[in-house]
Amino acid sequence: MGVVVTSPQFKDNARQAMADAPLQRALGHVRKNFIERRAAAAAGLPEFEALRDSARDIKNHTLAHLDLYLEEWERKVLAAGGHVHWARNAAEANRAIVDICKARGAKTVTKGKSMISEEIGLNDALAAAGVAAIETDLGEYIIQLRGEHPSHIIAPAVHLNKDQVESDFRRVHTHLPKERDLAEPTALLAEARAVLRQKFIEADVGITGANFLVAETGSSVIVTNEGNGDLTQTLPKVHVVIASIEKITPTMEDVAQLLRVLARSATGQEMSVYTTFSTGPRRPGDPDGPQEYHVVVLDNGRSSMLGGDFEDMLRCIRCGACMNHCPVYHAVGGHAYGWVYPGPMGSVLTPTLIGVDKAGHLPNASTFCGRCESVCPVRIPLPKMMRHWREREFERNLSPAALRSGLKLWAFFARRPALYRLATRLSTKALHLMGRTKGRFAKMPLASGWTDHRDLAAPQADTFQALWKQRRETR
Amino acid sequence: MTARDDILANIRRARGVAGGEAPRRAAVEERLARAPTGIIPARARGDAAHRLALFRARVEAASASFATVADAAAAPDEIARYLRDANLPATLRMGADPRLAALPWAGTAIEIARGASDGHDLNAVSFAFAGIAETGTLALVSGPDNPTTLNFLPDNHIVLIEAADVVADMETVWARLRERFGKGALPRVLNLVTGPSRSADIEQTLLLGAHGPRRLHVVLVGAGEIGRQD
Ligand code: SF4
Repeated sequence: MGVVVTSPQFKDNARQAMADAPLQRALGHVRKNFIERRAAAAAGLPEFEALRDSARDIKNHTLAHLDLYLEEWERKVLAAGGHVHWARNAAEANRAIVDICKARGAKTVTKGKSMISEEIGLNDALAAAGVAAIETDLGEYIIQLRGEHPSHIIAPAVHLNKDQVESDFRRVHTHLPKERDLAEPTALLAEARAVLRQKFIEADVGITGANFLVAETGSSVIVTNEGNGDLTQTLPKVHVVIASIEKITPTMEDVAQLLRVLARSATGQEMSVYTTFSTGPRRPGDPDGPQEYHVVVLDNGRSSMLGGDFEDMLRCIRCGACMNHCPVYHAVGGHAYGWVYPGPMGSVLTPTLIGVDKAGHLPNASTFCGRCESVCPVRIPLPKMMRHWREREFERNLSPAALRSGLKLWAFFARRPALYRLATRLSTKALHLMGRTKGRFAKMPLASGWTDHRDLAAPQADTFQALWKQRRETR
Repeated sequence: MTARDDILANIRRARGVAGGEAPRRAAVEERLARAPTGIIPARARGDAAHRLALFRARVEAASASFATVADAAAAPDEIARYLRDANLPATLRMGADPRLAALPWAGTAIEIARGASDGHDLNAVSFAFAGIAETGTLALVSGPDNPTTLNFLPDNHIVLIEAADVVADMETVWARLRERFGKGALPRVLNLVTGPSRSADIEQTLLLGAHGPRRLHVVLVGAGEIGRQD
């Protein structure tokens, strides 16, 4: 099934999500676990904040020299016996992968988790070519059984509860005894492990994403906990990596810097269980590994983001922290965002990738509480970029008339920094009420959901500005 | 125009550069040549005793088990004990690493199989290239000595590591890799492994043994007794 864009119906999606009891139950796990685990990991490393600066700087340096690092990386891949396929857009990327599969007569491919694969709709393209794609990450496997898409970039099935997974396994795994006990999550895990083990061994091609492409060595790097990505890329004859151009990282040292913030920000681990560097195909004497190694490197609109308002977004390392800490995401989950990338990073990225006409609502899905930016490991100014979109949307008059007066009010504040600071330092509840009288927030289905949180979290930037001013005055 | 040329041209247009500018090229060449280290956490800094104690603590924090043996010759007995205590059959698959081949396996009842795994092995042993004290991570490299399939297919993975190969951080491993494989080159696969396989995809509950090994047992060779550090 294709990635049906429902972003234009964000408000309806959100309203439905708020009324969906199982979803709300599942979202409770996001609110609690991710936040606590990240906070503990950050507190456990005194250098964490300095590493975030370092990660940001590495990404900025790379983006400033992206053309040259891409060329260097390609040279290294070729030298190691690999193949590089450049793709301007989703169609070209899909074609490259389908061609590789067809040329080898592939019937089934196993897949490690890849958001780029979701972005280009790879499974559909493979199915249309008669190739069965099997997702092997446990969360991805579960949602593939349900015909759904990921609702989170690192925890694709986070919107589901255990009993839902159990009934899907009973529906699909009909070769297993009906009376088996699947009450415990461990039983579900064991069943998925056994079913997928056979698929890994039978697959003709293995497709993975990449967290990093290393220019120094021509390696692709995957970071996982389950080990499914490694089985996907080790057992079949052909390994295909699909990655976007901004995954390029100059050196191994730079990868080490990024690794130190990635897992901590994502799951609160110091390191994910498996970090794997792959360089070319099987070598003489190797007893295992793929005979062919291909990388499909995708642009899909990213090169056009360079040098503009949204360049900073290309620093994103897809850790998921921004959505884990977002009160809007907590209230509505990932599917309401209506496309592949949810949460604050999705609100910024989706309009650049599928157009502001389709995704124009998303940048409004924000309380501007600033929590996303305060946890982003590469310090992407997500609220600022959402404001950019809102300004553009307003200028282009794309917003529904009902929202316009509210946006005018907001723009009025935004263009007057002193006033804006004052307003945001006032009780956020007051701002909410002000919005309500103007018919702004009252129109939004999430108003109560996020105003509860707004009371808790003062906008970061404002706190900082106030502190800074205080400091200067006391000198 | 090919897709490649188009993408590179688009990047250069957005950057306002032609591509060949000397200062940009120099900046890239310099970074690749020098590979500057960024921020390395202080926690692993210190003498060998500190490093080994931290390594042990982080290995155990990642839900792996840990044992020490005085010298490599004692490893087979430790592995036999581990398998027995875990109620596992006395079977073991291993690669062609001469350090493994030289061990006195005959003194145990363990049945040995050699070479890559086809997915039907319960237990495997590998020799690590290095260990990283900072995070309790094992670095394993592909090849006939320690086939990559052994790191992922068996249910129980036992990894031997020489005390002298436990280093402070990733950056020291990179330096050793450059020494062994050359600058800018890596083995086909470098696996950094921190604990046994796991998933939290069902209700955010952390479960061990997703697709990779359910258990990881680390045996440190030649360090004497290691104190716990928490
Ligand atoms: S925007 Fe930042 S916090 Fe969000 S996924 Fe990307 S790197 Fe992580």
